[in-house]
Amino acid sequence: MSGTYLGMPAFPVAAKEAVGNETLRGNLRHATHTIRDKRAKAVAELDDWALLREAGKRIKDHTLRHLDRYLVRLEESVTAAGGVVHWAADADEANRIVAELVKATGETEVVKVKSMATQEIGLNEALEAEGISAYETDLAELIVQLGDDRPSHILVPAIHRNRGEIRDIFRDRMGAWGRPAPDGLSDTPGELAEAARLHLREKFLRAKVGISGANFMVAETGTLVVFESEGNGRMCLTLPETLISVVGIEKVVPSWRDLEVFLQTLPRSSTAERMNPYTSMWTGTHDADGPSTFHLVLLDNGRTNTLADEVGRQALRCIRCSACLNVCPVYERAGGHAYGSVYPGPIGAILSPQLRGIQSEIDASLPYASSLCGACYDVCPVAIDIPEVLVHLRERVADQGGKGHRLEKAAMKAAGWVFDHPRVMAAGERAASKTRRLHPSKLPGAGAWTDSRDLPELPPESFRDWWKKHHNDRKDTGT
Amino acid sequence: MRAALFVTCVNDAVYPATGIATVRLLERLGVDVDFPEAQTCCGQPQFNTGYRRETEPLVRRMTRAFEGYDYVVTPSGSCAAMVRHHYPKIGDEAAASLAARTYELTEFLVDVVGVTDVGAHFPHTVTYHPSCHGLRLLGLGERPRKLLESVRGLELRELPGADECCGFGGTFAVKNSDVSAAMGQDKVSNAVSTGAEVLCGADNSCLMHIGGIVSREGAPLRPVHLAEILASTEEEPWS
Repeated sequence: MSGTYLGMPAFPVAAKEAVGNETLRGNLRHATHTIRDKRAKAVAELDDWALLREAGKRIKDHTLRHLDRYLVRLEESVTAAGGVVHWAADADEANRIVAELVKATGETEVVKVKSMATQEIGLNEALEAEGISAYETDLAELIVQLGDDRPSHILVPAIHRNRGEIRDIFRDRMGAWGRPAPDGLSDTPGELAEAARLHLREKFLRAKVGISGANFMVAETGTLVVFESEGNGRMCLTLPETLISVVGIEKVVPSWRDLEVFLQTLPRSSTAERMNPYTSMWTGTHDADGPSTFHLVLLDNGRTNTLADEVGRQALRCIRCSACLNVCPVYERAGGHAYGSVYPGPIGAILSPQLRGIQSEIDASLPYASSLCGACYDVCPVAIDIPEVLVHLRERVADQGGKGHRLEKAAMKAAGWVFDHPRVMAAGERAASKTRRLHPSKLPGAGAWTDSRDLPELPPESFRDWWKKHHNDRKDTGT
Repeated sequence: MRAALFVTCVNDAVYPATGIATVRLLERLGVDVDFPEAQTCCGQPQFNTGYRRETEPLVRRMTRAFEGYDYVVTPSGSCAAMVRHHYPKIGDEAAASLAARTYELTEFLVDVVGVTDVGAHFPHTVTYHPSCHGLRLLGLGERPRKLLESVRGLELRELPGADECCGFGGTFAVKNSDVSAAMGQDKVSNAVSTGAEVLCGADNSCLMHIGGIVSREGAPLRPVHLAEILASTEEEPWS
């Protein structure tokens, strides 16, 4: 995955900083609660939501089970429609393919549709190293790019920014990338959108190469689908002469009929809309209409490894709606950057360690970045049991050993032994109760608990000891 | 009707009052309560932290301890969820059978005993926090609320953001203590905003975390387990 995230600290370290940042906490709280409430209303409108959710899950599971067959079918369909299909095993290979395709056109700049896959592989940075400028055209991605920042949300990458911060970024940075922001720019949404529109229009009209991802690929016809809200995607998909789409292999669905389900569940889950404003679909190339050259780069980058894991593979059902981020109490307080990946939030916590492996400090910490409250599973439109996968990945991390886990394993084994010997446990409870007046409310070494919470006062006797007396009393009175 | 109490390790060692209240309440309702002393911990902390192998002997112990009982009742949504959802995956057929016979207290009262008015009296203002595992894994729904609404003298106040996690999450509370505490502080603020004297919950692990923050902040709030409110009567007030 992208080199941008190499050397990220473990989740708790990065989260601590975010928790202490009042502005960030305020921005995130306001934004996530607004989207959360809207989603709940949009979903409640459909009587058959549970059935749609189940259908989405089954379509994805079926496709993943026969992924080899559907990918070959897709390749045949795209090729027959005039496109060229490339296969990329990892990020480096995908980046190399795209860079060579752009260079072959003789162009040095490209416009981009918002795409998670190209962020995952760090395409912009790879193109820059080859002397090619990649311009993000989604409003939020533009804010992130101009601010030399990183996205912190799948759907709203600049969710951590407020209007004032965005105004400053536009005013200070737009000029370096193209048309500067109008003089006297205010922080009203209308003026900010107009500044972005003027800045981007220049890029759309000039670009000869467009780069996109895709939400879905239909195997039977070779059609790619992009859902978006701003129309920038439609510009990038139709105006350039060459279109290059980089798409994860799990995005394929068998037929148009299958799209029907996701056309309903994706917009309601992500932007809380009944239907998103722009849904673009294209099949290969057509004379005198749209790009004359179309390349599809199919990306693995850890996906087949994920598919091999019986419990973890359900993460590949994800349609990147971000509903799980918006309901997650941990995401709301830690922010997206703490997850050290383009995939933040609950889905990121199960996706990143599977796509990248659990060797790095950040990836080994992600499965623990959850209280297992289950709100994410409830809202997931393809029923990914995120808590189940988190616990499964914790097993993998614990097995790996490493920092802190050897000691933890010893403690778990010791506790397990005590719990398997009720008499020892009862003796321990009695000893603790007898000395309870001596226990301080803050214990040395228990800082992680006592920094912000007092410890409970222990009772004079355990339940077990009370029961013995109660039980004897009952026998005495014959009740 | 005979039922075995699965008190949970946390209640046994730290919150015996909840176990005692559960016994008093069930006996008052005519249930013959037994406490199999071979029980210890259901293994949830181990399992949820990634130590499945270390959980297995505890699952076997629990399964043996509760053999032969038609009903196993526990005053903890999260331990009930552990047994119901994870025992069939971790253990054998006997473990799966225990999963099917295990009830969280409010489920047992409403679904098995068939009561919502347990004859309790608790003259206080109360707000209720539905802990996540009871809410989402067990689907307790309106059961706790119906039980509370039938308590004489009790005034129930709506908790803003009730369905949001309090931030306990087992070892999450120490592994991600900053986020955990921030979540708990928000829960306490919401509870305080209701003006209720008592924050009621059906999971003492969550109440331990929330109570720890209440105590540290000196917030005007008393965390009390639901069983203790339901055990309280005019003749024998709980506290």
